[in-house]
Amino acid sequence: MRSQALLMRSEDCVARFDDVGYTVGGRQVLSGLDFAIERGRVTALMGPSGTGKTTLLKLLTGQIQPTAGRVTVIGQDLAMLDRRGLYALRRRMGMLFQNGALLTDLDVYENVAFPLREHTDLPEPVVARIVLMKLESVGLRGAARLLPAELSGGMARRVALARAVVMDPEILIYDEPFAGLDPIALGMVLKLIRDLNQALGITSIVVSHDVHVIERLADRLVLLSGGRIAAAGTPAALAADPDPVVRQFMSGSAEGPVPFHYPAVDVATDMLGTD
Amino acid sequence: MNAASVTTTLVKFGRFTLFLGRLVAGVPSTLRRPRLLLEQVHMTGALSLVIVMLSGLFVGMVLGLQGYDLLRRFGSTESLGTAAALGLLRELGPVITALLFAGRAGTAITSEIGLMLATDQLAAMDMMAVDPVRRICVPRFLGGVVSMPLLAAIFATIGIFGAQVVGVAMMGVDSGQFWSQMRGAVELRDITEGVVKSLAFGIACSAIAVFEGYHALPTAEGVGRATTRTVVNSSVAILAIDYMLTAVLL
Repeated sequence: MRSQALLMRSEDCVARFDDVGYTVGGRQVLSGLDFAIERGRVTALMGPSGTGKTTLLKLLTGQIQPTAGRVTVIGQDLAMLDRRGLYALRRRMGMLFQNGALLTDLDVYENVAFPLREHTDLPEPVVARIVLMKLESVGLRGAARLLPAELSGGMARRVALARAVVMDPEILIYDEPFAGLDPIALGMVLKLIRDLNQALGITSIVVSHDVHVIERLADRLVLLSGGRIAAAGTPAALAADPDPVVRQFMSGSAEGPVPFHYPAVDVATDMLGTD
Repeated sequence: MNAASVTTTLVKFGRFTLFLGRLVAGVPSTLRRPRLLLEQVHMTGALSLVIVMLSGLFVGMVLGLQGYDLLRRFGSTESLGTAAALGLLRELGPVITALLFAGRAGTAITSEIGLMLATDQLAAMDMMAVDPVRRICVPRFLGGVVSMPLLAAIFATIGIFGAQVVGVAMMGVDSGQFWSQMRGAVELRDITEGVVKSLAFGIACSAIAVFEGYHALPTAEGVGRATTRTVVNSSVAILAIDYMLTAVLL
């Protein structure tokens, strides 16, 4: 894994984890992460619940700092950035939250316009054109004056996607973009992610549990287990991987090295009070 | 109170002080965007008008009744206007307005920010390179600071009207005496005292409301608890600051 990260030329990768570890409260959440995210591709971060995917996203976006190693995004070491530097970097990134995280007191139009109003002095006609263009690209130009409370889950996700790309970012991060969507909405979001990646050349990083959807979308998968990288490669390579953890995750099996039960004392002691 | 809880309280007070520093540092950027400030003056001030005016009226009417009864014993009912005006301008106006503000606008601010936190809206803003403290907390803080003296002035004005209704119209105090004695006795420093107090209460109540909202646990129970803390902490802070300022300004 280390050799993969080091071998990739810096201009080919948009983010790089060099022997990254993260420990909190004496508990090691992530350790020995060594991988790079290739520019212009769709990379999926997968793994069982509680394996550190959200922590990895926080490291990638500079919300937390690693306790070991180094995270580099668009050529910048995140540990070296102050708040101003981090915000300058984040303007080149977009993030789609699982629930959309739309601002509930603003309508759809104003939600998409929000980053433009905060970061630019563009005149209103220009803002309007950009916003309507982005809303058109997600098929929701007609919903511009609806409030977030009036949107379905899939529509909210698409509005959030329009907002995430309104500043034309280089990296787009999706946190569980398919969770809770019906098949039609899921298909729409899937198509949008693929179209954005291909049409705009945006580097996409997708965190998801949905193996079958991710297999259709991602160029490369990174599978986390127990805070480490269990496997990384193309969907086909992971599907053929003989490692038991990889096989269990890719097949969605309840039986395997990832236990069904949370660690506990034996059932007789717990329920009958006997040794 | 054991050592651990003393430490926890001190740590929280330290965090509050640092947060207040961030709020104050963000004031110039909010002043450059007056629309954000006006929105919050509307939300915290204008929408609190009805409760403040109604309370002011009833407090003034009670002052009229109690003041008349008290002054009658000393044969100086004509001083009712002075007593009501001084009480309302220097003490009751700022204090009761601040308590009402904490209950109405303070809780609204805390629950709004807490819910934004729980639904990732603040995290989304942070990811869009927009500082949520500057964009969300500072305008609400400043809106409260601006609104409080205005609300206190309205409270006192309506209160004096209430005292006049009871004293003059119901109890038969001479209208000319009521107003002339008030005009003769009330000085600029009495009004200044009220303004200084309501400004201090505005800073304390608004800062507590945004602090509790911003640091709420992102759950339904966490937001509920934060809202309760806003009312309790604001009320204690108002009464403590009131004593300190009264001691200094008298």
